[in-house]
Amino acid sequence: MFDTSGAKKLVEVRDLTMHFPIRTGLLRRLTGSVKAVDGVSFDIYEGETLGLVGESGCGKSSCGRAILRLYDPTAGSIRLEGEEIAHAPFDKLRRLRPKMQMVFQDPQASLNPRMTVAGIIGEPLMEHTKLNAAKRLERIYELMDAVGLNREFANRYPHEFSGGQRQRIGIARALALNPKFIVCDEPIAALDVSIQAQVVNLLEELQDRLGLTYLFISHDLSMVRHIADRVAVMYLGRVVELAPRDALFADPMHPYTTALLSAVPEPDPASHDDAERIILQGDVPSPANPPKGCNFCTRCPRVMEICRQIDPVIREIAPGRHVACHLYAEDTHKTAAHAAQPTEV
Amino acid sequence: MTETADRTAPGPALEAYRPPRNQWWDVWDQFKTHKGALFGLGFFVFTLLFVFVGPLIWTLDAQYIDIRARNAGPSLAHPMGTDQLGRDTMARMMAGGQTSIAVGLTAMALALILGTLVGVLAGYFRRLDGLLMRTADLFLAMPLLPLLLVTIMLFRDPLRANFGPEGGIFVLIVFMIGVTSWMQTARVVRADVLALKEREFVLAARSIGTPSHRMITRHLLPNVMSPIMVSATLGIANAIITESALSFLGLGFPSDFPTWGRLLFDATDWLTQNPERVIWPGMAISLTVLSVNYIGDGLRDALDPRIRGR
Repeated sequence: MFDTSGAKKLVEVRDLTMHFPIRTGLLRRLTGSVKAVDGVSFDIYEGETLGLVGESGCGKSSCGRAILRLYDPTAGSIRLEGEEIAHAPFDKLRRLRPKMQMVFQDPQASLNPRMTVAGIIGEPLMEHTKLNAAKRLERIYELMDAVGLNREFANRYPHEFSGGQRQRIGIARALALNPKFIVCDEPIAALDVSIQAQVVNLLEELQDRLGLTYLFISHDLSMVRHIADRVAVMYLGRVVELAPRDALFADPMHPYTTALLSAVPEPDPASHDDAERIILQGDVPSPANPPKGCNFCTRCPRVMEICRQIDPVIREIAPGRHVACHLYAEDTHKTAAHAAQPTEV
Repeated sequence: MTETADRTAPGPALEAYRPPRNQWWDVWDQFKTHKGALFGLGFFVFTLLFVFVGPLIWTLDAQYIDIRARNAGPSLAHPMGTDQLGRDTMARMMAGGQTSIAVGLTAMALALILGTLVGVLAGYFRRLDGLLMRTADLFLAMPLLPLLLVTIMLFRDPLRANFGPEGGIFVLIVFMIGVTSWMQTARVVRADVLALKEREFVLAARSIGTPSHRMITRHLLPNVMSPIMVSATLGIANAIITESALSFLGLGFPSDFPTWGRLLFDATDWLTQNPERVIWPGMAISLTVLSVNYIGDGLRDALDPRIRGR
């Protein structure tokens, strides 16, 4: 279990907001915005893996990309080792780029089809180092060894590889500049199960060896349970719960987390059939028009009157456990939480 | 020092690794397997030799008038016959080919550079998109012939004074063909760039911190090579034919200055008497265009690593 008490904060995200404008009509007038990420705050400690989970469209990837400034965030602050990157100018950002890298979801789309493997892995080296061709090739071979690719493949093109191999190329590219922080944007979602295990084991091994810090974005809860030290659960652009992995999986506090975890299939058929599943009613509201009050109030099985009025703030209710829910608010009566408990689902 | 020597020493395991070889060798290997392209390249080289080296061997002057030998058919003295003034057709074909091929290649290159530049800038920089594409629309909507008439009237004399009578017209024609035929390329390239820049590998390059100009040269241009190649090969044909049409209208080179288009149009009056005079320049134009199209086809396939090695 990762101990956050003595660890150093590597990434600090504060009130990160990423709104995408909606333009309609002939004049492309601004008529609204998709609130993909709406005020997210969390810290990532050095050497840990923070899992970021949530259903499709909840803003996980937008969050990951905004943290690396692949999108220009609407508001908020992102600090990497104390240096502000949310509003950094291009030159400063370029200097910071080697510290933070990304592994993409679709290994097919994230590799330029016209470049050889050596070219792809060598690109960051060409951009940020002054190695000559021979030294660069040496480093490319080292990286290929590190991710388990045959050196013979250096002259080949991405289309000649399987999905797992392509993802290894992507990981090698991300490692080229010895980054401290890697955002893994669903790196295993496009791979089949046996390859998923290989890639995740590779990521873990590299973390141990190189002391990397990951933000691991995924919708695969069992994989997050395997790899993450702490887990943040997102719903409709907000982090609803952030807790150490074991605590979160053993005792989910936010009703959404409870519902999400109950959807994980049980390996044992008997307990799978007996499991009490929380089936959420209705659809996720549109991120362009989130409901008043708590974002989850339209589907929450334990909704209260206050939830429809006031947006709950995320607060630490137990050491390391942050929840954004009125059930755990200090000023709400403890009895309210208990009264809501027996509500049939 | 010794460490690097050890590492590069050809041990049994290291021996197998080839260093990455120049990509153009792969391109050439693939190009060689395209029969049509090889044939096209062969013919194009032959045409170039005929046109540029030929005059050194066949030393008859293209402008020399031998009125007694006028309208002659092919013979040993004049392998392609003579025209109505007794000028040797083969010498005129060589001299005309120099101009036609030069006009075709340079006008195509100009149109291509302009079109690619405009297309990439419009596709990549959102801010320039509207302005550049409306300019392209403007050029597309402009009637070509009146424009040419006006420009030639305005600029012929100053250009002639600066570059000589033929040089001035050459610059003018190349420029006019170039600036009136870049729009198709620009549109196709813009469309491709718009699609490409949303792909994840461009995002990956941005996460590395690749600046815009290298993003364009390293990631976008190689991937829009196919449409550029196609418009290039079509552009050469287009330029040669436009030059012929201009010469025919009296807007191009002086009437005694041979180009393939001019030879063709001059010969149409004598079609019944000397049909071969139409055939030579006609064949030269169409075969050159065809060979260039095949070269482009082969090159496009060879530049695509997904097709290469198949």
